[in-house]
Amino acid sequence: MNSSSDTRKPKKLNRPGITTLFRSYFLRHIQVFFYSLGQLSRAPVSTLMTCMVIGIALALPMGLHTLLNNAQQLSGGWESTAQISVFLHKKITPSQAQNLKSDIQNWPDVISVHYISRERALKEFQALSGFGDALKALNTNPLPSVLIVKPKLSKENEQATQKLLSKLRNLKQTDKAQLDMQWVRRLYAIMSIVERGVLILGFLLALAVLLVVGNTIRLAIQNRRKEIVVMKLIGGTDGFIRRPFLYTGFWYGLFGGLIAWVLVSFTILSISAPIEKLTTLYQNQFELSGMSFLTTLSLLSISIILGLVGSWFAVGRHLREIEPQ
Amino acid sequence: MIRFVNASKRYSSGFDALQNVSFHMEPGEMAFLTGHSGAGKSSLLKLIALLERSSRGQVIVNNQNLTKVPRRRIPYFRRNIGIIFQDHQLLFDRTVYDNVALPLIIAGFSHKDIGKRVRAALDKVGLLSKEKKYPITLSGGEQQRVGIARAVVNKPPLILADEPTGNLDPELSAEIMGLFQDFSDVGVTVLVATHDIALISELPYRTLTLKDGKLVNDSQPSL
Repeated sequence: MNSSSDTRKPKKLNRPGITTLFRSYFLRHIQVFFYSLGQLSRAPVSTLMTCMVIGIALALPMGLHTLLNNAQQLSGGWESTAQISVFLHKKITPSQAQNLKSDIQNWPDVISVHYISRERALKEFQALSGFGDALKALNTNPLPSVLIVKPKLSKENEQATQKLLSKLRNLKQTDKAQLDMQWVRRLYAIMSIVERGVLILGFLLALAVLLVVGNTIRLAIQNRRKEIVVMKLIGGTDGFIRRPFLYTGFWYGLFGGLIAWVLVSFTILSISAPIEKLTTLYQNQFELSGMSFLTTLSLLSISIILGLVGSWFAVGRHLREIEPQ
Repeated sequence: MIRFVNASKRYSSGFDALQNVSFHMEPGEMAFLTGHSGAGKSSLLKLIALLERSSRGQVIVNNQNLTKVPRRRIPYFRRNIGIIFQDHQLLFDRTVYDNVALPLIIAGFSHKDIGKRVRAALDKVGLLSKEKKYPITLSGGEQQRVGIARAVVNKPPLILADEPTGNLDPELSAEIMGLFQDFSDVGVTVLVATHDIALISELPYRTLTLKDGKLVNDSQPSL
């Protein structure tokens, strides 16, 4: 016997010490963590089926979300090509036009201004339109000089763009100013509807995941009814009995999330080639982006949380019903 | 150790399982609880283990008034009672060792302590060589001894046994009773519910007799 234990007050033999309790509590968690995994691996088919259901339910909104992100990125590219064409009166001289150009360049809400002189406009028109010979027959250049104004755009300050347009229209040098943005606006409107739809779909499917996990855990509890009774008889706390089921929910969530990730990544991979082809046809360089690290992380955390919450509800509801008789 | 003061138990069906039962057991005492089936033996044990609560009167176990133990404290209270069942209540998907270790795992003992205590308990009931077996491969008497090992592994001050010899032949029954006597000798309070009158009559212990929920006889052994 060592001397230090002599000086302590006699401890009860029947109970482990507080440090032992902490250590074995921690160890117990790790043990149950792997034990619940082992339990799942003993029934691989049903485990896989449950995880697949969770995975598919999560992959649907996640995949749509990723596609939507891509669409937004793509339309962001279009947005930057949106421009206001300001046709100047024919009497405006090139130097006046240059002055105006540098004026407008200093406005807020304007990214850049590009000046196309009447001569260049004519040349371009001749080259591109196929009316070259007909134009040569004309004595005078029918084309006005143009300022191409690139506005700063975003969904939020559409009004700012409109304001800029009317400001340009009201310039005395302006003959006509045109903004062809209607379709981009419509696209935004459609996308915000789709966005909301994805959100609602995601919410409903998250609820479905909760129910799937809850139901699976409920069955697991019923299968292990006897074990729960014995645990209660020999002094197992609710927390102790609950723990393996919560970890089971955790594993369902994790595996379901991983399956969802694989499904979404695979889908994106398989449609990226045709999409690239499509965008090249539109002379647009665009690469379909997959799920970012952050998105992946949030997908996995959401699905783990859903697994835990689902099993928590199931255990909370059904554990009390099982009492030793 | 156990004190009943006018304790009654009425189930929600209106059935009076126990009526005005009063008795007292000293620490380290061993006693039999007997009576015809339905007389209230199981109900009395359930009150002690807090599987049920008394409808009226007091039940005091280990200096705790059981009416005052809140639900969340019940697990901790039960850890001080070793309960033995007629049907063993063993888990068949675990080895004998794991079954016996369960109360220690629940109480949070260290891995090393668990090994020592489980082997000591199994040694006590003579099953040390079978620790790696599954309960289903054991005989009825052996299964009951595993149940006993699990009940005592935690060294509880009180052991309750509900018809522990119900399915066993007289020889095995005597063996099991011998184990209870040993525990009693080292200061454990033992209460055994049984209707095996022949067995009781051979052993010099106090006998509490229930009839229709009433304590009709409390006889000390005639020595």
